Amino acid sequence: MSSSKERVAGNVAGYVDDRTGAAKWLKKNLTKVFPDHWSFMLGEIALYSFIILLLSGVFLTFWFVPSQQDVIYTGSYAPLSNVPMSAAYASTLHISFDIRGGLLMRQIHHWAALLFMAAIVVHLLRVFFTGAFRKPREFNWLIGVGLVTLGIVEGFLGYSLPDDLLSGTGIRIAEAILQAIPVVGSYLAFFAFGGAFPGHVFIPRIFMVHILLLPGIFLALITIHLMLVWYQKHTQYPGPGRTEKNVVGYPLMPVYMAKAGGFFFIVFGITAFLGAVASINPIWLYGPYTPGQISAGSQPDWYMGWLDGLVRMSPPIETHAFGHTISWNILIPGLILPGILFTGMALYPFIESWITGDKREHHLLDRPRNVPNRTALGVMSLTFIMISLINGGNDIIATHFHLTINDIMWFTRIGLFTLPPIAFVITKRICLSLQRADRDLVLHGKESGRLVMMANGEFVEIHEPISAEKAWTLTQHEQPEALALGTADSNGIPAAKGLKAKLRARMSQANAEQIQTPTETEAKELEGGHH
Amino acid sequence: MSNELQKFSDPGLPEHIHRKADTDPAAAKKAERQVAILFALSAIGTIVLIGSYIFVKPNKFVFLPIMGDTNVQQALLGVGLAMSTFFIGMAAVHWGKTLMDDREVVAERHEFRSPESDRADFVATVKEQGAMAGLGRRTLIKRSMGVALGLVGLSPLVLLRDIGPLPKKQLETTSWKAGTRLVTDPGDRPIKPADLEVGAVAQVLPELIPGTERTLENVGKDAVLLIRLRPEDFNLNAERLSWTHDGIIAFSKICSHMGCAVALYEQQTKHLLCPCHQSTFDVTRAAKVIFGPAARPLPQLALTLDADGYLVAKQPFTEPVGPSFWERSS
Repeated sequence: MSSSKERVAGNVAGYVDDRTGAAKWLKKNLTKVFPDHWSFMLGEIALYSFIILLLSGVFLTFWFVPSQQDVIYTGSYAPLSNVPMSAAYASTLHISFDIRGGLLMRQIHHWAALLFMAAIVVHLLRVFFTGAFRKPREFNWLIGVGLVTLGIVEGFLGYSLPDDLLSGTGIRIAEAILQAIPVVGSYLAFFAFGGAFPGHVFIPRIFMVHILLLPGIFLALITIHLMLVWYQKHTQYPGPGRTEKNVVGYPLMPVYMAKAGGFFFIVFGITAFLGAVASINPIWLYGPYTPGQISAGSQPDWYMGWLDGLVRMSPPIETHAFGHTISWNILIPGLILPGILFTGMALYPFIESWITGDKREHHLLDRPRNVPNRTALGVMSLTFIMISLINGGNDIIATHFHLTINDIMWFTRIGLFTLPPIAFVITKRICLSLQRADRDLVLHGKESGRLVMMANGEFVEIHEPISAEKAWTLTQHEQPEALALGTADSNGIPAAKGLKAKLRARMSQANAEQIQTPTETEAKELEGGHH
Repeated sequence: MSNELQKFSDPGLPEHIHRKADTDPAAAKKAERQVAILFALSAIGTIVLIGSYIFVKPNKFVFLPIMGDTNVQQALLGVGLAMSTFFIGMAAVHWGKTLMDDREVVAERHEFRSPESDRADFVATVKEQGAMAGLGRRTLIKRSMGVALGLVGLSPLVLLRDIGPLPKKQLETTSWKAGTRLVTDPGDRPIKPADLEVGAVAQVLPELIPGTERTLENVGKDAVLLIRLRPEDFNLNAERLSWTHDGIIAFSKICSHMGCAVALYEQQTKHLLCPCHQSTFDVTRAAKVIFGPAARPLPQLALTLDADGYLVAKQPFTEPVGPSFWERSS
């Protein structure tokens, strides 16, 4: 029965296809397969919170006045009546107290920003720990590193816009970092602020960057990021029937559309709920910015906290020579260390493939335990960031837990160097232990919990064999072998020498330290021997 | 040795297990009803949103546990919006999970690498088309193009020159001059030593020259903290001691680390603390750094009295205030 509805749909589709030839492309892509796993939602959360940021941000621009002109506040928030302030701060108060839903949108915008950064970071960790960045996905890794970097900047600019006492202090610190750059620092600061700090142009300038320049770059990068995911097809976790040559999952239409589209609304709902019930950045309590005042317990948003923590623990070192000053206490924690960390992160896929010599495509994800050194490196870096983050909240921690700032600083100063390597060693050991546990599970089966008393009085627990699917999932991965460096190859060409080759050989060897994956042969031998 | 061992083999995709709703029409009907209820909850949320926008007074606050004073309208708008979106999502996901076909499908992947012949063709094409432009032969064009493109890259730098003035000596100077009176902030009242008790602390600014206005740029460099101790508390060299007056000592309030206002004064220990990065300065020892990342003491302002008995600056600051910069000489 060809209903009239179907005929209309057919006509519309025909009209569009006559002009675009889209039918073939759409037919192919509507059945595109997407693997299903909870960890694949992390990137989705980042994407959806970006859309929420665009929507709520547009709402805010209708009333926000990006200006540092002095005005006298006359709005409905009585405690600040007749107080001189910038138009930016006054308009933020106006949005918060005199626009229906204004405070809600401000809080949704701020919560969505925190969620955006959190989702990006956790998504990045997922990609790192599962090896999803390997060939052919290095470009997407680089774009991702770009996005997280820009996200930090975008978030900082965003919470600076209201020009309140807290955020103005943050801008002051940013100005000091600019000013500390050798040779050109004072010039950069004066150019950025249109003269001496704070000036009257910085808020309008960062407003443009915050609402146009960076969101534009974000949109472009996110588009490329997703197009590459689309074109390269999603990675998948190893399991029965899943290979490097296929992709197993649900078709885009309808299951993936329903789940992913529905998930957008769920993320929106949760963000709106947070905006409704959880107060965030109550700028009316801080007062307007003036460089002569400050509030105690000044804290940046969480994704800036680790940088602040590094700055706080920095030893007071400055060099004064030849009539010039270099502030190592600002440059090292504020620019040099973050620069090294982010460069290392960006280059990691290339470093890993250089060590392993593996130039093949990878579409099956790694279980983190099967790549102990990478997993340990990730935990090591996280530990570094966490120690820094702890020190970023040292004043809050000190007052809440009755500790001295001095103790926290020395703990983090020493911990910053000692704890990451310890975390590396522990993580690697845990990975190898988990490999050992996998091996036991495959070879000896799982504990059934049933105890049997043998004729000789001995108690044994019955082990049940695991399923063929499970055995395959636990054993399908390859184990790297140490690259034979340092000896001539089969053609008699002498191996590369020098520090670089030695380093590579050493690391390749470390990668090969693994618990032997159990094989079916071993399993059968054991079976024969046991019973 | 490991080569001789037989690896486990891939058992292939496990058999599909049907859901209850796939086989039992009653269960499917129930799932359908659940989806409809979720959509209905979303609709209720939108009604809450519209209702609270129109009917709730914008300035009504209630005290709620944990949340504190809450604007009723903003909270209800938020709850309505949250419901209206969240339940659409839940409905779609529930629909997808219970009623849409959940058989996994398999698609093939293809290597991204183009066949060798295509790659060779590509290189050949680039070479051929490039040769048409004749860049290899026409070195004059190549060089002049390089110069032109390099120069055009300079134009944005030139055009951006006017985004700010040159710093000149602005980072090194403040409004304080010899004889500038210290005035209260806020209030702009001149200060006599008797106005300050021992242990007191006050934020002061330089007195405005009539006809001028105080800008935030001024405040950012001029803000000074005035602290009164007992004269015997000081542990200063003769010069710095001569900059105090009867136990009253003045320091720049702008942190020598990153420019925050050094606003926390601890009366017992006579320490000044910057809340940004916890740099701590000992007032009795000319604001020596005793903790934290600041590398230099807060600049001290020399004090004296004018003819009318008001506190004035004996001289300008002898060093730049605020965070370090390249041109700073000490």
